[in-house]
Amino acid sequence: MDKDDTLQQALAAQAAPDAMLGAMNGTMTGAQMVIQALRDQGVTHIFGYPGGAVLPIYDALFQVEGITHVLVRHEQGAVHAAEGYARSTGKPGVVLVTSGPGATNAVTGLTDALMDSIPLVVLTGQVPSHLIGTDAFQECDTVGITRPCTKHNWLVKHVGDLSRVLHEAFQIATTGRPGPVVVDIPKDVQFQTGSYIGPQAVHHRTYKPKTDPDLGAIVRAVEMMAAAKKPVFYTGGGIINSGPEASALLRELVDLTGFPVTSTLMGLGAFPAARPEWLGMLGMHGTWEANHAMHDCDLMICLGARFDDRVTGLVKKFSPDSKKIHLDIDASQINKIVRVDLPIVADATKALREMVRFWKAQKHKVDAPALKDWWQQIDQWRTKKSLGYRNSETIIKPQYAIDRLYALTKHRDVYVTTEVGQHQMWAAQRFHFQEPNRWMTSGGLGTMGYGLPAALGVQMAHPDALVIDIAGEASIQMCMQEMSTALQYDLPVKIFILNNEYMGMVRQWQELLHGKRYSHSYSEALPDFVKLADAFGCVGLRADKPSELDDKIQEMISVRRPVLFDCRVDPTENCYPMIPSGAAHNDMILSPDDGGEISDAGKMLV
Amino acid sequence: MTMHDTKIKLSDETERHTLTVLVDNEAGVLARVVGLFSGRGYNIESLTVAEVDPMARTSRITIVTSGTPDVIEQIEAQLRRLVPTHKVTNWTSADTGIEREMALVKVSGTGEKRVEALRMADAFRARPVDTTHSSFVFEITGSPHKIDSFVDLMRPLGLVDVSRTGVAAISRGPEAM
Repeated sequence: MDKDDTLQQALAAQAAPDAMLGAMNGTMTGAQMVIQALRDQGVTHIFGYPGGAVLPIYDALFQVEGITHVLVRHEQGAVHAAEGYARSTGKPGVVLVTSGPGATNAVTGLTDALMDSIPLVVLTGQVPSHLIGTDAFQECDTVGITRPCTKHNWLVKHVGDLSRVLHEAFQIATTGRPGPVVVDIPKDVQFQTGSYIGPQAVHHRTYKPKTDPDLGAIVRAVEMMAAAKKPVFYTGGGIINSGPEASALLRELVDLTGFPVTSTLMGLGAFPAARPEWLGMLGMHGTWEANHAMHDCDLMICLGARFDDRVTGLVKKFSPDSKKIHLDIDASQINKIVRVDLPIVADATKALREMVRFWKAQKHKVDAPALKDWWQQIDQWRTKKSLGYRNSETIIKPQYAIDRLYALTKHRDVYVTTEVGQHQMWAAQRFHFQEPNRWMTSGGLGTMGYGLPAALGVQMAHPDALVIDIAGEASIQMCMQEMSTALQYDLPVKIFILNNEYMGMVRQWQELLHGKRYSHSYSEALPDFVKLADAFGCVGLRADKPSELDDKIQEMISVRRPVLFDCRVDPTENCYPMIPSGAAHNDMILSPDDGGEISDAGKMLV
Repeated sequence: MTMHDTKIKLSDETERHTLTVLVDNEAGVLARVVGLFSGRGYNIESLTVAEVDPMARTSRITIVTSGTPDVIEQIEAQLRRLVPTHKVTNWTSADTGIEREMALVKVSGTGEKRVEALRMADAFRARPVDTTHSSFVFEITGSPHKIDSFVDLMRPLGLVDVSRTGVAAISRGPEAM
C-alpha cells in the first residue's frame, strides 16, 4: 500500500467515526478492529502511552465509550499497572504502547508477568510494513525482543489476520498457565480495512492446554494423604491464578484433613493467615515452623507452586524423606527442580474439586494419632517465634511499622502491593492475608519499581478499596513518576515507604557475605519525600518516632488522596529468619548472632 | 550455575537424543525453538527444519541434543509448551527410529590420493556429483557416525570442505510420529 492510500483511509476513518460503533462483524480498519476486539473481550480498562506508531489506535479509542484509558508516565508503569489490575481482579490486563522505546520499556513488565504467570495482552505499534527492517525511526524488532519474555507473540502483517490474532492473544494469555502476550501491529495495518471476526469464530490450531486432572492420580493422591503421618500443604500462586474457587476448595480440603499449610510468596492469601493450620510463608525468609515442616514432612502436597530456589534452599537437602505430590497446570514444571512421586497436571480448581470429592466419597480418614504428634512437633517449632524482633521506644523498627500498618488497616477492604527488598519480605511475613487477590508483589523477577504502578492498577479496578504500596526508599524511586498518574486519575493509593536509607537487602547481603563493605548500597542524596509529594500534588507525611506512627498512619488512611508516607526506620535492621544461600531448610538463622557461616558455594548463589 | 546442576538427578550420564518436533509453519517458530535451547542452556548438536505438509502448514524440526535424562525430559516439556507445537517425539535408539544425514564432501588432489579417495567413496556408497581434474564433490547419505568416518578418511586425501544437512529422523513401522 502506498502512502496516499494510507492517508485516504485515515481520513475516511476520521470522517466516519460512527461506522465503527455499528460494525460488529463488518468491514473496518485495523485500528477499529483493535477497539472492537477489546470490547468483545470485555475489556474496560487499558494502560498505555501514545506514540507515532499507535496513533490510529489512539484515534479509534478517542471515538468510543466504555473503555477507560489510563495514561501512565512510563511504559514500564503501564505494564505493572496492568499486572496489578489483573492480579486483583482475575481479568487480563491490557496495555497499549508505541513502537521502539514504547515496546522496549515494556520488556521489564513482560518478563515480570511471565515469571509470575500474570495474564496480560500488550499491544505495540510498529513502523509501517514497508519500513520494517530499515532501521526506521522508533523501529525495533519487537517480536524478537519479546519472544523470550512472553508466553507467545505475533507480528500482524495483514489486516485480515488481525482480529483472529487479537482473540487468540486473549485466549492464550488467560488460559492454561496464564502469561503475557504481545501483538505487534504495523501502522499501515492499523489503517487498512478488512473484515472483523468475533471471538467465537476463533479456534487455535495447536494451543489446547490440559486442565482436567487424571482421576487415577487424584485417587492415589487422596490415598497418600490418608496414609500420611507428617503431611504439609505447600501452596503457591497457581491457587490464586486458578480463581477464588481454588482458594475455597483448599480451605475445604484443610477442613477435611486438618493438615498444616504453608505458602510461597506468590500464594499468600489463598489460605487465611488467621487459621490455626497456617504456618506462615516458607523459604529463604519463611518461618521456622514452615521450613522445618517442609524439611521433616513425610508427604508434601505441592499445589500450584514450582520449587523456586527461594523456596527450596539447597536442593540436595530439600525435604529428603518425603513423598511428593505436585499439582501444576504446566507440565514443564514437573520434575524441573525436584523429582516428585505423583505429578498431577491440571487446573488447580478442577484438581482440588476432585480431591475433595474423592476424599469424601471414599470416606478417607486421616491418621489422627500421627497427626496429633505432628502438630505437637509443629507447636514446638512455633515456640521459636522466628518472626520476633527487639522493639525500640526511640526508633521505628521496620517490623513494628508493618505490624501497626496491619493492625490499623486489617478491618478494611485492603489491597497491598510492594516493591522489592527487605520491606517486601517484612510485608510478606507480617501483613496477614485472609483472602486471595489481595497481595500483589513481584516474586519471580523481583522488580524494584513494581509496587506503585501495580497499586494504581489495583485502585483503578477497586476505586473504593484501601490500596497500599509497601515500599522502600530505593525501590520507590524507580517508578516514582507514576505519582503523577495517581493524581490525574484520582487514585488515592498510599505509598508507605520504610525508609532505612539503604538498599536494605543489598546491604544485608553485603553484611553477611562481603565483610560489611557496603559498596554503593547507601541511598545518598535522597529527595525530601514530603516535599516531593507536594510537588506531585499528593500528600506527604513523615514519621520519625514510634510514638507518632499510629496517628500518622490514621491520617494516611483518612485522607482521600494519594499519600507518600516517609516512615523513617532503623537503618541497621536485617530481615530474619533467613536460610543463608546454599543452606537447607533446617539450617536457618534467626538473628545476626546466629552464626550463619556461608559456604563458598553459597556465596556463588544469588 | 546452570539449571541441571541444581537438580536431583536420575543419572549423571549424558545421553544423545534425537527429538522431532512438528510445528505450525508460522513466522518466528524456528526462533522460538532455537531461543528455547540457547535461553535455557541446552545443547544443539544438529538441527534440520523444513515444511513437510504445505496444505496443513506444518514443519518438522529434527534436533539432536545431549544431556542427562532429566535435562532431556525438561527439553521435551519445554518444546511441548511452545504455542505452535503440535507434537514432540523422542527417539534414542535405532529400535524405534531411523536417522539419516546427507553430506557434500569436497576433496582436492591428484595422483594416488585422488584414486584412493574415489575408491573409499565407492566403499561408502558416496557418489561424485562434481568432478574436475583436481577435485571431487561426493554426496554421501547415512548415519551421522558413517559420515564422520567418511570425513575422517578423506582428511589425509585432500579434504577441503564439508557441508552436512544435520539429521532427519522418522519412526519405524506403519505409524506416524
